[in-house]
Amino acid sequence: MMRRVYMDANATTPLLPEVLEAMQPYFVERFGNASSVHSFGQQARGAVEQARIKVAALLHCRPAEIVFTSGGTESDNLALFGATKPGDHVITTTIEHHAVLHAAEQLAKSGREVSFIPVDDNGVVDPDDVRRAMRPNTRLISVMMANNETGAIQPIEAIGAIAAEAGVQFHTDAVQAAGKLPMHVEKIGCNLLSISGHKIHAPQGTGVLFVRKDTKIEPLMYGGTHERQRRAGTENLAGIVGLGKAAEIAARSLEDGSTQHIAALRDRLQHEILGRVADAGVHSGEVPRVPNTANLWFDHLEGEALVISLDLKGLAVSGGSACASGASEPSHVLTAMRVSAERARASLRFSLSKLTTEEDVDYAIEIVPQAVAKLRELSPFYHKNDTFPVNAGRVATAQI
Amino acid sequence: MSTPETIAVAMSGGVDSSTVAAMLKSEGYNLVGLTLQLWNQRRLAGQPGMPESSEGRCCSLDDVYDARRVAEHLGIPYYVVNQQDRFEHDVVQPFVQEYLSGRTPVPCTLCNNHLKFAQLLDTARQIGAERIATGHYARNEYDPVRDRWILKRPADASKDQTYFLFGLTQQQLSRSLFPLGGYRKPDVRTMAEQQGLALANKPDSQEICFIPGGDYKKFLDAYLAERGEAMPDTSGDLVTTTGEVVGHHEGIHNFTVGQRKGLGVATGSPLYVIGINGADRKVVVGSNEELTSKTLRANRLNWISIPRLEGTMRLQVKIRHRHEAAWASLEMSADDIVTVTFDQPQRAVTPGQAAVFYDGDEVAGGGWIL
Repeated sequence: MMRRVYMDANATTPLLPEVLEAMQPYFVERFGNASSVHSFGQQARGAVEQARIKVAALLHCRPAEIVFTSGGTESDNLALFGATKPGDHVITTTIEHHAVLHAAEQLAKSGREVSFIPVDDNGVVDPDDVRRAMRPNTRLISVMMANNETGAIQPIEAIGAIAAEAGVQFHTDAVQAAGKLPMHVEKIGCNLLSISGHKIHAPQGTGVLFVRKDTKIEPLMYGGTHERQRRAGTENLAGIVGLGKAAEIAARSLEDGSTQHIAALRDRLQHEILGRVADAGVHSGEVPRVPNTANLWFDHLEGEALVISLDLKGLAVSGGSACASGASEPSHVLTAMRVSAERARASLRFSLSKLTTEEDVDYAIEIVPQAVAKLRELSPFYHKNDTFPVNAGRVATAQI
Repeated sequence: MSTPETIAVAMSGGVDSSTVAAMLKSEGYNLVGLTLQLWNQRRLAGQPGMPESSEGRCCSLDDVYDARRVAEHLGIPYYVVNQQDRFEHDVVQPFVQEYLSGRTPVPCTLCNNHLKFAQLLDTARQIGAERIATGHYARNEYDPVRDRWILKRPADASKDQTYFLFGLTQQQLSRSLFPLGGYRKPDVRTMAEQQGLALANKPDSQEICFIPGGDYKKFLDAYLAERGEAMPDTSGDLVTTTGEVVGHHEGIHNFTVGQRKGLGVATGSPLYVIGINGADRKVVVGSNEELTSKTLRANRLNWISIPRLEGTMRLQVKIRHRHEAAWASLEMSADDIVTVTFDQPQRAVTPGQAAVFYDGDEVAGGGWIL
């Protein structure tokens, strides 16, 4: 049985056992529609509100400021479309996740003006660029807390202060920061903040938008009066319970040394791989990053072939971003950082979680340099004249 | 102890390549399914004349979905490999250039030469597969007597794709498997059904994969417009074979040799495009009789069953995919140019098309018609 090592936590994470356990009763024994009057509803309502309190604790905000959504994408869309209207100016960055980027592009087609602030070569936004982009009709700034591809932490407290001073709303996509960095919404100074459940070991299909008490948003979904009329739709009961549990665990991880442990694993992985491979490096290595992410580049090879080779050996990482067909496309984040097309195509993201073990890291350190060496050997020195052994014919097994 | 060989199966989401995957799986090979993402089907969608949807086109999203499902059904790893840049550079741009020069291109051959049997072989080797398998209807085998890899016509003559494979080198042939070469298409569908493939009845894709709707003229317009390039003005005179001007045309890319429609000239008898002169932008028109030639010259030759052409050889020559190979005598007339002299005059010999030379069932070689 081939060893399988998962190093793509920024894409998604499995449920932690405690999360699954917490959710279990809510599928059958304790089912209910949280809005129902009867005991089933009351029970469900109780569970939802318990979860809400736990999520609020992670963000250091009031429970009433938590809106449950179907995930980070919905939260981002709700923030962007909900907090602006035609005629408004919106400021965001070139390195946002597609959920913000494409929503912002759509805003631009729907009567808002949008400015996309560039980043430096380390993939970090300069708060002064945000300030300089402000206009009289600027209504919303959206800057992510940490970038999903490089892990680079953005100066959101500084941007929050700029926004507050100008009386402009501030949204931050904190999907990749939750559980990795402390999040105090008051310190950040944000009106709106997005979280995705499946990045913190809660199920896919769960998420949160923090909406500060003084902030009004137009809903995206109309129907019932759920979530204080901010997001219609019967609550995903079991999912929300799981999200609450996951948030509780995430808050604890920030205190109990888990994040430092992950950082140590990531640092060892990065250091050892780069130490064994020439012409390779790390993106955003010079700036603060979330503890679990290392986006490494390897010159003189095709990143796609490297991702596939590693996958065939059981190591799961990601390169670029996937387009609709599943083929990889050059990362817009690396492009925004002015990384060359070749190097962007040869960049791989390793992202760890609390479940990553020392043995996992050992395995990656062993096979990544091997795979890199093999690919490099094949590319520049590929012999056009060699032929496959002619006596292999159609036998199913090669002679060894 | 022996480990199964790893083979990369080129999967298009069609019945042929899917059946190949199923066949090789049951023979015990270790398989990896690969789809080449060659062209973004949505890129020109919505431009004038270009359809919005991309059904029935090779490697549309639906086809990738189908390929993925087959891989899942067979329990093999599956990846989509992005080669859009290379395809555009090696296939699409030459396609455009050929038409703008008054020649009629064969993009599928370029795709085979540069993508399917070059890039794909490279990628396969990089991920540990020394050979690829495709759903092409062709046969290849190694002949120890001649010490050469041979490419032969398949059992199903109506599906023969060897015309598009004439450019394959010995190295490429040695690393390719064509499991369908011995089967007829209806039998392939039956096998697909027996293997439990849901797409056994999926229709074949017919046209050029990057031209949804099949209208190459609209494609040329849309492609150039998307790149912000103006369509070069190649308008000029319609002339007879004696040089008499009989009309005007709007651009040489609108014509192909043998074309009868769209000439805009009314005469008593039917007129056909006899030739296109890219240099002075003249389109030569004439009668049916003038449309035939006894000879052609071809260059950029590739030889398969023989290492080179020595002296004069008698072979059967196809001048386009849908053409019955005709007997001819072949002789080298310059370093990389062969002169083909047909026994019987052939109709509509078209510069830009491939001339493929057959020695019975075997592909002796081929080149590009000058």
